[in-house]
Amino acid sequence: MKEFKELISQNIRKFGMIIALVGIVLIFQILTSGILLTPLNITNIIMQNSYIIILAIGMVLVIITGEIDLSVGSVAAFIGAIAGTLMIRWNMPVIPSIIISLLVGALIGAWQGYWVAYVRVPAFIVTLAGMLLFRGLTMVVLSGRTLAPFPREFRFMSSSYMPDFFNGETYNITAIIIGILAIVLFVFNEFRLRKARKKFHQKGLSGPLFLTKVIVISVIIALFTERLAVYAGIPYILLILIALIAGYTFFMQKTIPGRHVYAVGGNEKAAQLSGVKSRKIKFWVYVNMGVLAALAGLIFAGRLNAATPQAGNLFELDAIAAAVIGGASLTGGIGTAIGAVIGALIMGVLNNGMSLLGVGIDWQQAIKGLVLLGAVTFDIINKKRNA
Amino acid sequence: MMKEGEGTKPLLFFKKGVLTLNNIILEMKSITKEFPGVKALDNVNFKVEKGEIHSLVGENGAGKSTLMKILSGVHPYGTYRGDILFEGENCMFQEINQSEAKGIVIIHQELALIPELSVAENVFLGNERAKKGIINWEETTIETDKLINKVGMRVNSSELVQHIGVGQQQLVEIAKALSKQVKLLILDEPTAALNEAESENLLQLLQEFKKNGLTSILISHKLKEVIKVSDHVTVLRDGQTIETLTKGEDLEEDRIIRSMVGRSLSNLYPSRQPKIGDVLLEVKDWTVDHPQIPGKKIANKINFYVKKGEVLGLAGLMGAGRTELMMSIFGQSYGKFQSGKVMKDGKEINVSTVDKAIENGLAYVSENRKEYGLVLDDTIRENVTLANLKEVADGLTINQRKEVSVVEDYREKLRIKAPSIEQKVINLSGGNQQKVVLGKWMFTDPDVLILDEPTRGIDVGAKNEIYKIINRLAESGKSIIVISSELPELLGTCDRIYTLNNGKITADFAVDDANQEKLMTYMTDDRSEAK
Repeated sequence: MKEFKELISQNIRKFGMIIALVGIVLIFQILTSGILLTPLNITNIIMQNSYIIILAIGMVLVIITGEIDLSVGSVAAFIGAIAGTLMIRWNMPVIPSIIISLLVGALIGAWQGYWVAYVRVPAFIVTLAGMLLFRGLTMVVLSGRTLAPFPREFRFMSSSYMPDFFNGETYNITAIIIGILAIVLFVFNEFRLRKARKKFHQKGLSGPLFLTKVIVISVIIALFTERLAVYAGIPYILLILIALIAGYTFFMQKTIPGRHVYAVGGNEKAAQLSGVKSRKIKFWVYVNMGVLAALAGLIFAGRLNAATPQAGNLFELDAIAAAVIGGASLTGGIGTAIGAVIGALIMGVLNNGMSLLGVGIDWQQAIKGLVLLGAVTFDIINKKRNA
Repeated sequence: MMKEGEGTKPLLFFKKGVLTLNNIILEMKSITKEFPGVKALDNVNFKVEKGEIHSLVGENGAGKSTLMKILSGVHPYGTYRGDILFEGENCMFQEINQSEAKGIVIIHQELALIPELSVAENVFLGNERAKKGIINWEETTIETDKLINKVGMRVNSSELVQHIGVGQQQLVEIAKALSKQVKLLILDEPTAALNEAESENLLQLLQEFKKNGLTSILISHKLKEVIKVSDHVTVLRDGQTIETLTKGEDLEEDRIIRSMVGRSLSNLYPSRQPKIGDVLLEVKDWTVDHPQIPGKKIANKINFYVKKGEVLGLAGLMGAGRTELMMSIFGQSYGKFQSGKVMKDGKEINVSTVDKAIENGLAYVSENRKEYGLVLDDTIRENVTLANLKEVADGLTINQRKEVSVVEDYREKLRIKAPSIEQKVINLSGGNQQKVVLGKWMFTDPDVLILDEPTRGIDVGAKNEIYKIINRLAESGKSIIVISSELPELLGTCDRIYTLNNGKITADFAVDDANQEKLMTYMTDDRSEAK
């Protein structure tokens, strides 16, 4: 028990947001008399928040380097407009259109990264200009009108489900199998890591706590899979999200460039004097953000089945809020991809839950604002107490 | 709001009726202050008489600044143990405002002025001449002009602070203090950045204030000026009061130095058998311009060399260009490179970027570990491997096993005191932080290790350990370059010492031929054509 308490107090940042997410889910589950966790609604929450989650992953990297990107909503809209022009106006095939769209995203990222990293214009200004610039260009490309509909194959990525290869009746058996595989992989990986830690005499959780953790997370995955399997199975978008989360977590924790991102954000001068090319790092972080904003724009356009001039409005603020609620520090150096995802889910469940309760969009905005303020205040107080 | 007196009255700073028994204005009793891992002050007692100039001396890290921060409320009541009696009253300051309200004003080494504001705005910052929140600029200007006269400044009150020299800025700080009805003025290293004339002027000013009844506490490393102006001198060492000397009785330079050092040097500086080999690194005609001021040279045709297994010292006063010279060699991290080359083993090497310099076997440990050395929010592990991640990675992927074993190894070798290598370095003491930085650079396996003020702000025990590490590295055949402001440190650790002044090397001493006086002579040598 003592270990448990210590664990909580030392990792309050990490656990805090998970506890908050679980708490919010439970509250809305009760308030909505169980609608929140129905199979349909769970699937909805994932699909509706997929683009915010993708933006939040890119944003957390930008924030870790100590910068900001206010332009991602406009960039997402602009890419939607480009994709619409390519596929709907010019009838270009889907795959080349997607590739071109992602490349344009990379170019936009390079453009902003150049000003921030090499000319040293404050990121707030560069991306504020980008926000106006790309929103304007979106309207120019679309001539102020909406382009629709997209080809079926394009919408596949954003709104289809993996088919059930086994034709299950009440359950989607493919989903169940994937769920079981995920649990096995997770448990295997946890035990492997624990063994490695022991070998190097690093402190880890005690036996009972470790088992509790493994069991709790396995149960969550199982329940989650069950819900998805009852509805339509696993949405393709979930696979994309899982791949992104795993890929970025690996990149940030285990690779040299990932480590450099943290060092540049934590102390740029010290990083430079250690041979880290801080400008290059910042430049590529913006390129990465550009590509992810493009991907979010494509998914959003696919879900909406249209390219509209107003797409992606205020996405940047949702993405920043998600990263910060997920523990990223705006002064740089601190944050994780998984944290940003949990932050995005907290915002997503709040939105969804309030909508189910019939709370108007006006009050939703106000409440989300207070949640953001509360989360950051909690973090700052916690930091002071530890200091 | 209190107003300053008419300006013509002589006893401007003398408030009647506050004389306490036996004329003691300030008494600090049994002050103890601990930081994580370091006892900064240990049962310190400090008494100041009214109307005197009382100096506080001691080595870096002796606890002078900490004591003054407690007095002024920077470290609030409750974070230390002991009592403060000011004018006979027990004080429990929670913040600076409260000590200032009592008339205690501290002027820090790093001036707290706003460069973009005028002299007048700075003088009354936070203490504005105002009625109902509206600033009376006429009164502000008139009052400022009076104060400017009083401190002997020669600038206009509407001049921006960024446009006046450091000496004048110091006077602005003093004017600001005077505007606050100061009774006890504390100056932390006021002359460190001033030239001789400016220093002289400042000290005279203090003596004039003294005649008007103002009490001053002077913190200074410059013993000559301390002896000249002080009535009493209190010596601190390793967080303890050693003794208080009185003018005309026992106040002498030798005595102060003995009290300050207080231990035999051989104890502090471990001995080493120098095994010196061939010349390893040679810098030729190195010329670098100041980054902002065109034409001003921070290094002017500098030539020097260091041999294998040699510990080389670089002595110079603040602003002589020691740090700037070394940073310019380490990947051109400072200033604008003009000309010159760096040779290693007789071959020219490329040091134009930090990673090339590291690749070519150079390492630079900054004097400012928090700003330039460490990523404070990261762990010991992440900091130690930062400059040489390639060594613990397979391709681009970091191999956690290798990383952990490397860092554990350094933790043991350097005796870094921490519960685990996953500890964030922000939570370590200064000495342990310095060891982490050292570990980082040792892990790059450099041939030439440049240490800039390697023992600044760390306690004596940790200093001794750092010296042992320097010795071990030198014995293993590495070349070490030590920059230090503490001459005993250079004399105790180095084989050879260069003196530097004004971007030029002024002398080259074998350590056996050098002593503090000789070094000081050449550190202040302003000949335009040095050897």
